[in-house]
Amino acid sequence: MRPRLEARIGVSGAMVYVTPVLAVVLTMACGSVLFAALGHNPAAVLYAFFVQPISSAYGLAELTIKATPLVLCAIGLSFGFRANIWNIGAEGQLTLGAIAGGGLALWAGDDASVWFLPAMIIASLLGGAAWAAIPAYLKTRFNANEILTSLMLTYVAILLLSYLVHGPWKDPDGYSFPQSRMFADSVLLPLLTMGTRLHLGAPIALLLALAAWWVMARMFVGFQIKVVGLTPAAAGLAGFSVRRLTWITLLTGGALSGLAGLFEVAGPIGQLLPSISPGYGFTAIIVAFLGRLHPLGILLAGLLIALSYLGGETVQIELGLPLAVSGVFQGMLLFFLLASDVLVRYRIRWGRSVIVQEAG
Amino acid sequence: METLTAVLITVIGAATPLVFAATGELVAEKSGVLNLGVEGMMLLGAVAAFAVALTTGSATLGILAGAAAGAALALVFALLTLTLLANQVASGLALTIFGIGVSALIGRSFVGVPLQRLPQLDLPGISDLPILGPLLFSHDALVYLSILAIPATIWFLERSRAGLILRAIGENHQAAHALGHAVIKVRYLAVMFGGAMAGLGGAYLSLAYTPMWAENMTAGRGWIALALVVFATWRPGRLLLGAYLFGGITVAQLHIQGFGFDIPSQFLSMLPYLATIAVLVAISADGARARLNAPASLGRIFYPEA
Repeated sequence: MRPRLEARIGVSGAMVYVTPVLAVVLTMACGSVLFAALGHNPAAVLYAFFVQPISSAYGLAELTIKATPLVLCAIGLSFGFRANIWNIGAEGQLTLGAIAGGGLALWAGDDASVWFLPAMIIASLLGGAAWAAIPAYLKTRFNANEILTSLMLTYVAILLLSYLVHGPWKDPDGYSFPQSRMFADSVLLPLLTMGTRLHLGAPIALLLALAAWWVMARMFVGFQIKVVGLTPAAAGLAGFSVRRLTWITLLTGGALSGLAGLFEVAGPIGQLLPSISPGYGFTAIIVAFLGRLHPLGILLAGLLIALSYLGGETVQIELGLPLAVSGVFQGMLLFFLLASDVLVRYRIRWGRSVIVQEAG
Repeated sequence: METLTAVLITVIGAATPLVFAATGELVAEKSGVLNLGVEGMMLLGAVAAFAVALTTGSATLGILAGAAAGAALALVFALLTLTLLANQVASGLALTIFGIGVSALIGRSFVGVPLQRLPQLDLPGISDLPILGPLLFSHDALVYLSILAIPATIWFLERSRAGLILRAIGENHQAAHALGHAVIKVRYLAVMFGGAMAGLGGAYLSLAYTPMWAENMTAGRGWIALALVVFATWRPGRLLLGAYLFGGITVAQLHIQGFGFDIPSQFLSMLPYLATIAVLVAISADGARARLNAPASLGRIFYPEA
């Protein structure tokens, strides 16, 4: 008796919700084995990783701060992924958003008016969208693969930021450290609570997630995106322009990633540094899939993956493990999610194949 | 002349990891599987090769470990996409994210540890020839292996029966399945070959190109290898040419800095990435030519219809 897969007629509604949980459980189990193999007490690592970081109000605020850029990037990416447009350069678009918005903050100087903050937000949206417009143009005009162009542009963006903070934007009083001047307090995102670093970016991300849900579920463009992804032939027959949707999804993804970049530099960081993101743009790909490419799912997934960053920092401090542990957990989580996804579209049958009379 | 020879030798060094990784990916793609995890497999190969070479003192064992590590990670990808029918793009990205993390975790204790460079295989007599000697006949074993891999791959794909089956599966998996070919089995082997080659590319980086381990030391080479396959329009000969072209760009960038041109180093470092984009655009713009050799089933999930 060998197990084999049998296609379901539709997708399994229950499995859509069960598999992410299954993936998390399997990741924890596998992680325990890995840490035991590395000579650590698995229970201690898992506690330090998943529980300790969020056992205080400060920790919960930090969780929300880290989830904010992940959710913003992931929502932008999910639009494209649904339409089979694989923008994986969110990290570069995030960087350009930070450069555009942060550059404006530096130009405004120390006594900037508070009205610079909205202008910075617009600049970051435009900066990220402009960076995403390059793969969109190359895809629609020259048919160049957007996976590779958007990724290559990420390296270019990070090098551009490095040039700026080592060169023209370097803080003259910064003891030659590669960093810009601190932004004026007036253009930093307002804090929401005393005693934590929780800033205005978090509720904005939440509102944008709800808006994205509205677009996807209720608006015609959301419908078009879904049709193009599921059955390109039907989209063609219906006259939906793949070219137009390529532009829309890439520009939206770029703009939201750019906003995420601004929220980092005008939020917890407060200046431009050579490295402003621990790979949020890449990790957002995992968040998007874990959240089932659904804006509300992405909110939950963003919090979980943010925990994996916090957990990585905690085990680094407490147990001396490298930060890379976060990446291991994130990669495993995506593996298990993709693996268990088979249950959504197929059922496991035991024994030999039999002819099944299917409806229709 | 001596400097030119020295420059050309560094071009070979910069090109070799790309030759390995891109050749492996080419074979996997010819079977119809798009594995975007090359970067992750290279990194795991690099750290495994370094760790084994350092602890056993044997470069040969290190090279084998690099290939095995790449193949092992590729096996995970094959399991996900071929057995569990997961999306190939997403699975490849997961492979890269996982590879970056796990290689950094394994390599933590090796950062900054020096290692003896992979020895050159000098051929008595001809290695001493002026210019040609150092240029062609005094490299390490992996450089020769990477060059030999090209005619071997051409022979396999164009001339062997197994290669014909592999290409048939890449063109139309349903038809190949109907003819009785083992689609899944062939793809497993092709993907693992791709992983082993990516692992060798990583091993070359950590044993020969810069004999050390550093987190993320591939610096996007896995992605450039993926672009090279498109650039080469799935032909191994053009792939070799492309890899050396990119090796040349990487090295030129270093030498422009050395000659004291007043260009910020970051802009020069952008060159390989910008060149990749330029080349992709140039190749893809002529859609008909770009698709001529592209496997028709590339990236599509195989689920037997009957």
